[in-house]
Amino acid sequence: MSEELPKGSVSRRTLLASTASLTGVAATNTLVAPAAVASPAPAVDAATSGQVSLRINGDQHTLTVDNRTSLLDLLREQLGLTGTKKGCDAGACGACTVLVDGRRVNGCLTLARRLDGAEVTTVEGLADGDELHPLQQAFIDHDAFQCGFCTPGQIVSGTACIAEGHTGSAAEIREWMSGNICRCGAYTKIVTAVHQAAGRR
Amino acid sequence: MTQPRNAVGVGHARVEGRLKVTGQAGYAADHNIDGMLHAVIVDATVGRGRITGIDATRAQAQPGVVAVISHLNATRLTYRENPNSNHPPGERLQALQDDRVRFFGQPVAVAVAATLQQAQHAASLVTVAYAAEQPALGLGEGTPNAAESYARGDTTGALAAADVRMTMAYAPARTHHNPMEPHATVAQWDGDRVTVWDKTQWINATQAELASVFDIPRAQVRVVNPYVGGAFGSALRPWPHVIIAALAARMTRRPVKLVLTRRQLYFGTGYRPAYDYRITLGADRRGRLTAMEHTIRAETSSYEDFREAVTAAGESLYSMPNVRIDYRSVALDVNTPIWKRGPGPATAAFAIEVALDELAHRVGVDPVELRLRNEPEKDEGSGLPFSTRRLRECLTTGAREIGWQRRARPGTRRDGDWLIGIGMAAGNYHTVSAPAQARVRLNADGTAFVETASSDMGPGTYTSMTQVAADALGLTLDTVQMRLGDSLYPPTPPHGGSMTMASIGTAVLNGSDTVRRQAIDLAVKDRNSPLYGTAPDKIVVRAGRLTVRDQPGRADTYERLLARNNRDHLEAVGSYTPNDAGQRFSMSAYAATFAEVAVDASLGLIRIRKLVGVYDAGRIVNPRLAESQAIGGMVGGIGAALLEHTVTDVRDGRIVNANLADYLVPVNADVPDLKAVYLNGEDPHMVSLGVKGLGEVVHVGVAPAIANAVFNATGRRVRSLPITVEALQ
Repeated sequence: MSEELPKGSVSRRTLLASTASLTGVAATNTLVAPAAVASPAPAVDAATSGQVSLRINGDQHTLTVDNRTSLLDLLREQLGLTGTKKGCDAGACGACTVLVDGRRVNGCLTLARRLDGAEVTTVEGLADGDELHPLQQAFIDHDAFQCGFCTPGQIVSGTACIAEGHTGSAAEIREWMSGNICRCGAYTKIVTAVHQAAGRR
Repeated sequence: MTQPRNAVGVGHARVEGRLKVTGQAGYAADHNIDGMLHAVIVDATVGRGRITGIDATRAQAQPGVVAVISHLNATRLTYRENPNSNHPPGERLQALQDDRVRFFGQPVAVAVAATLQQAQHAASLVTVAYAAEQPALGLGEGTPNAAESYARGDTTGALAAADVRMTMAYAPARTHHNPMEPHATVAQWDGDRVTVWDKTQWINATQAELASVFDIPRAQVRVVNPYVGGAFGSALRPWPHVIIAALAARMTRRPVKLVLTRRQLYFGTGYRPAYDYRITLGADRRGRLTAMEHTIRAETSSYEDFREAVTAAGESLYSMPNVRIDYRSVALDVNTPIWKRGPGPATAAFAIEVALDELAHRVGVDPVELRLRNEPEKDEGSGLPFSTRRLRECLTTGAREIGWQRRARPGTRRDGDWLIGIGMAAGNYHTVSAPAQARVRLNADGTAFVETASSDMGPGTYTSMTQVAADALGLTLDTVQMRLGDSLYPPTPPHGGSMTMASIGTAVLNGSDTVRRQAIDLAVKDRNSPLYGTAPDKIVVRAGRLTVRDQPGRADTYERLLARNNRDHLEAVGSYTPNDAGQRFSMSAYAATFAEVAVDASLGLIRIRKLVGVYDAGRIVNPRLAESQAIGGMVGGIGAALLEHTVTDVRDGRIVNANLADYLVPVNADVPDLKAVYLNGEDPHMVSLGVKGLGEVVHVGVAPAIANAVFNATGRRVRSLPITVEALQ
């Protein structure tokens, strides 16, 4: 995604500053047995959170988010959009692939507060009512998954792969779909499914 | 008469496909509950020792933090003996119950907070002090446990007298399952009853473990698990985090979600242990084996003695009069391993199949021919006849498919900068099954559902079971609903070991047959039925329509039959109990895998060009899903052969590549042309379905086939896995 920060978003500097204020509590060397259950402090701290306004699958959301929240955790834990999966939380597996302004990104590496004004598409936003996106149908037709856990990321990534025009050959699809790991090993069928859906465009 | 088989054998698309491609299939961590807290585990940062103190004051001062739980304040847990959850012999780890650290990464505390971000941050602020000791980490450093031994003939004498004698040491690396779905548990208590949404391959094991740890009756534990995002064995027993999630929920009196991080999966769940597998073989000059000695050492933890069926292939894959096997686990300061796809045979096949390739090269016999010369007439380990063994056909079919005749002498075939090689390996996986039950209900509207506790981690259990039930009930696929993944459903064995279709499939078949017969009985005794008075064995059911064979005009339907008789449903619990075939026959699925590889002559890069697998796996219930299983097993084999290696820091036991950027698994660009061929047939002795199991055998033999192809390409023999660029330098 773009290196430029969207207008009004939190900068890396303010994020680090707010994180530092969290960790700035003086460390003690005393070894204390912690109380079993403390009474919870307020769930959201104004100093470490802020507002973000974005569209997700066509719906406008204005949300207060903890600065530390990734787009992935925002979708899954705050908005209940659990179709997007967390496989590694480190940008290495692609299970969390979503579209931000039409480009595929790892939701786990994208801070939610950077996305003010962004348009986000997740797997839940691909079908048109009951009619599946052609790539979703192609995944079923070619059995391009087994456990299904990487599938939302594969399909979102595949739609972008097609839109980017990286479907000239099986080898090209393999290369441009290599950011999405499938541990069940459905790769050859994923390539076939992307190829089929690309041909229908 | 027997029902027509319309669905079984047909490559139907997955019945849950739509849910999976739209993101609606709910995995454990997808479950959210109002008021739910998030838990993040703090792991030990020493490889062995004692905790001398825990400072959680900074963590507890954070906004949203509800609790930091460690052995200092955790509820004492009962941890009753539990023989029902796949625990290896020994004493299982008791989560957050004492100050001992048994391996690097062991859970020592858990931070619980209102949001995930708060819990993650709080966990990072917990300070733990240790009295650290030097852990024992290498196979040479630990104490070997008692030997599992096998012997026949006079191996020492035969080896001394052999025309050809060779000794080799093989070293497959420790590898991790790395399913895409991290292990996760959501726990919710209601008084003394607990419900967990848990990633597990054995619902009833998780249920039994929670009952024993929290000292409550099993009926008060419900485990829900409709979808599993891959597992490959990693979820065959409940790990400490399952207990920690339930403990945190109990102590905070709130629902708790605990998802292991990818890093934590490397020590929070099991793995395939590293092995030191030594072979001394004796043969005549034509490559006929006379003796083989196997000395096998494998990692286990200091607190449990993990074993797998690694001796079976040495006992019976090939014919020879003299065999001696000594298999010992070695107790180390690591967490306990667990079965991983093809457990035992996959490791043994690497050693044995590479050894046979070495022998073939030494005596100048074609490797396929060498295997045919050593093909046994019966199982020489048990003395039993084979139920079916079509390995010869697998070998010859695979040789034809890969173009085996193109194979050249090692290191002599080139394509530009690339050295080209072809290799092969055989393999088998013992057919197993275990008692299972399934509830089948036929509804008044002519639809049916089937409930059974089994998981579906990806092989297609929802679909294949639907096919079995549809045929036996005489319904179309779309009118049968398969319900899996809930401990409220009838119990099942582990969803692993390639036993699901044989065990649970047979229970589904039995229950469905029973319900169909109930309906037929009802019809022939119903004066208002067109089938009144007909002999029950003359009636077949198709698409919910009961007809007399040869008299298609005389028909009733389930819907009309149940309405006339004021029945809102018919129901039966089907069951499966293994017969004695296992005592009368040696039963295995067999595979021959062929690989063509290219190795960059100057850089040592290895690329797979083509893999062909040929399988004797009995009846194939769904060819489309079976093909996916096979190519998946091959992809896993590419990983084992060329990429996967869990690397441990010898100083403290830290796993240094505990992430998917440094622990490499195959990606799309690593996988070109894969071909799977299933021999037509069935195993008449196994179960009524005639299946032998697929999930394991398709993986066994892939890594040695690739290793042997690399030798054929380069003339360099690598006896360790993975075969890396460095190994070829």
